[in-house]
Amino acid sequence: MGDIILTMKGINKSFPGVRALNNVDFELYKGEVHALMGENGAGKSTLMKVLTGIYKKDSGTIIYDGKVVEFSNPREAQQAGIVIVHQELNMLGHLTVAQNIFIGREFMKGIRIDDERMNDEAAKLFKRLNISIDPTEKMSNLTVGKQQMCEIAKAISNEAKIIVFDEPTAALTESEVNELFEIIRDLKKKDIGIVYITHRMDEIKLITDRVSVMRDGAYVGTLISKDSTKNDIISMMVGRVIYEEPKTESKVPEDAPVVLKVENLNAGKLVKDVSFELHKGEILGFAGLMGSGRTETAKAIIGADPKESGDIYINGEKVEINSPRDAVKCGIGYLSEDRKRYGLMLQRNVAENSTIAYLENFLKGIFIDKKKENSETEKYVESLAIKTPGIDQLIVNLSGGNQQKVILTKWLVRNCDILIFDEPTRGIDVGAKSDIYKLMNELVKAGKSIIMISSELPEILRMSDRIIVMCEGRKSGELRIEEASQEKIMHLATMWI
Amino acid sequence: MSGRIRNTPVSSNKSVIRRLGGQNVVVFLIVVALFAFFCIVSPNFRRYSTILSILDYSYYITLIAIGVTFPLITGGVDLSIGTGLICYSLIGGYLVVYQGWPVWAGMIVCVLCGALIGLLNGFLVGTMNLPPFLATLCTMMMTRGLGSICSTGLGIPWPTAGTEGGWFRTIFKLNIGDLKLPLGFLWILLLTALMSFILNHTKIGRYIIAIGSNKEATRLSGINTKYVYISAYVISGIFAGLAAIAYSAIFASVYPGTGAGFELEGIGGAIIGGVSMTGGVGSVVGTLIGVFVICILKTGLPFIGLQANWQQIITGIVLIAAVLIDLSRNVKGRAINR
Repeated sequence: MGDIILTMKGINKSFPGVRALNNVDFELYKGEVHALMGENGAGKSTLMKVLTGIYKKDSGTIIYDGKVVEFSNPREAQQAGIVIVHQELNMLGHLTVAQNIFIGREFMKGIRIDDERMNDEAAKLFKRLNISIDPTEKMSNLTVGKQQMCEIAKAISNEAKIIVFDEPTAALTESEVNELFEIIRDLKKKDIGIVYITHRMDEIKLITDRVSVMRDGAYVGTLISKDSTKNDIISMMVGRVIYEEPKTESKVPEDAPVVLKVENLNAGKLVKDVSFELHKGEILGFAGLMGSGRTETAKAIIGADPKESGDIYINGEKVEINSPRDAVKCGIGYLSEDRKRYGLMLQRNVAENSTIAYLENFLKGIFIDKKKENSETEKYVESLAIKTPGIDQLIVNLSGGNQQKVILTKWLVRNCDILIFDEPTRGIDVGAKSDIYKLMNELVKAGKSIIMISSELPEILRMSDRIIVMCEGRKSGELRIEEASQEKIMHLATMWI
Repeated sequence: MSGRIRNTPVSSNKSVIRRLGGQNVVVFLIVVALFAFFCIVSPNFRRYSTILSILDYSYYITLIAIGVTFPLITGGVDLSIGTGLICYSLIGGYLVVYQGWPVWAGMIVCVLCGALIGLLNGFLVGTMNLPPFLATLCTMMMTRGLGSICSTGLGIPWPTAGTEGGWFRTIFKLNIGDLKLPLGFLWILLLTALMSFILNHTKIGRYIIAIGSNKEATRLSGINTKYVYISAYVISGIFAGLAAIAYSAIFASVYPGTGAGFELEGIGGAIIGGVSMTGGVGSVVGTLIGVFVICILKTGLPFIGLQANWQQIITGIVLIAAVLIDLSRNVKGRAINR
């Protein structure tokens, strides 16, 4: 390991009402991959935003490359060689790859932008990094993985000495993750310091040298990755170790009534002839690779996407579902994988988000009965243990796990008996994850039925009573939890590829 | 490359370009078809004088449309250009007619006033973070009032052709003997080429597209988005100033209180020409062609007995069609993303 390139000491940062960073220390060597872990809201992203000048720190010192620095905006940090590869990729979809990489420092020929040279330079850069992307391709045509590689290429071309990855693998497929890791190992050799924010335990040993843990805005400690166990890290993160026990056998009786039956569903390229049954009190896992058609199936069922053919039965009765409105009337609630985009009104408060799907139940004449709205919401905030200062808090200020609980509240308020969880714990930290798991188990115990779409096999195996595997838009197999294993699922998921 | 990394297909990119180019061609064909339709249906329409009047009345709309293309591509809008152009024309005309300023000075005043209001719009949107609709709605009202005050509520006749200072009308329509040449169209073509270059090949153009694509990402790329907004609105303002000159040169008198609604024709033309209301997409050439759909309808419909009110209804329908095309294109774009 090389010399120290970055030292952050006693960093403090407060937002109105929240102490986001409390006397945090952090240290990074050249050529090191340093994981930064912690629950959502622990302050990881805030710390990195302070480093790169997006936020201004209240106090503390940052020593970078031997000098005390303070960046007042991302551009200054970038020029000094510190770059963030953001969690939500910040790409300009309408511009080309090369235009994106050189945005803000275009090559000029007089007053004209020299696009040819930018394409050449980008091509050289990709060659150096062993990435094959066409620099003239429009950014919006690339997959998320490729877009991320463009961001990395952009960082390299900035002669970055420190690259911060904010949950880089959250939206990548497995092969893309492997490509990313190879690139990161390459960067290490080039003596670049890498900060790696992640929620995934298995990545710690795979790619990082050290791991620093934060909790509630404070620095907890640093471990050497290869000498630490998963439980060490978890207990540092949550200060307690709670985990729902994995299921080894289904407690749902064979003859439990069928609440939802889907027959020969067809919708677009990714839903072909899908049939399955969902029993009362069951968690039905939907496994498969990205793009195997699981989300598309869910969207076709709830009428968000048009279906070409197929029948849907609720409690044995055939129903017509042509819009999400119909689905809600049938008691189906869908919790999207993209909570911010499809699940929530970010700038509205907890109560408004909770009652939006069943407002007709909260009317007094033509007016909304605020009292009833509030009392009903309070009830769920308590029973689901939603961490919020109050029900008038804006959703945007809640952590991912609590946002997920608010969406759940919305469907529970609506008395939905069938809940479709699409990637229920994506972007949610370990502590809140097990919270969500516990909730799901309680829900099925109370007689609800759950379809759970998940790309994380451990999650599938931990939670499901039965597992349906999809591949290329078709159902490639169905497993009872007793017979399921990672290998069997992967085999089915790649059956026709 | 040892097959470690898959190759990204390039074909989709080319089809996007083809589709954008395609829209220009389609709209151009609509212009030709409309023109042919009116020529066939109305004998009076097929006269050189009609073509001249289509062009005459198109200049000021075309100019504000080219200008407003830039705020539109940032994802904003500029509503102040319609009442603005009347205001600038009144101020410039007042100085020329009542204060004895030379005509060229009055013209410069028009452009400067436009640039100033553009600066104000850019400041409100870029620095004060006002929503563009709101900011420019305010300046729209302000310019309407300001124009009336400056002209003391009276109509202002810029110098007529043949009198002293009347030369400026020949900038747009040159008379050689009996032959009238629509010289203004040449300027429009040159300005279209210039602004097209600025949009596609200079930094400021690139940043305007970038902001329309993703404002936050552009800011995080270290670009001073404030100045980009200001530039976009100043461009729009300057073109409103140029439109003021064109308007003064074509009409005998300029009256305070008019001008509201021009901006909608300009914005409508830009949208028919393929500028996306959500920003990030658009071309100046497209705007030029789009405006002519509106201008031909405006001039042509009276020839087949449909008066101004019908023209507005039909323009509205054309706009809906254009926006629907824009939407379907977005849906296709999203499908590619997935």
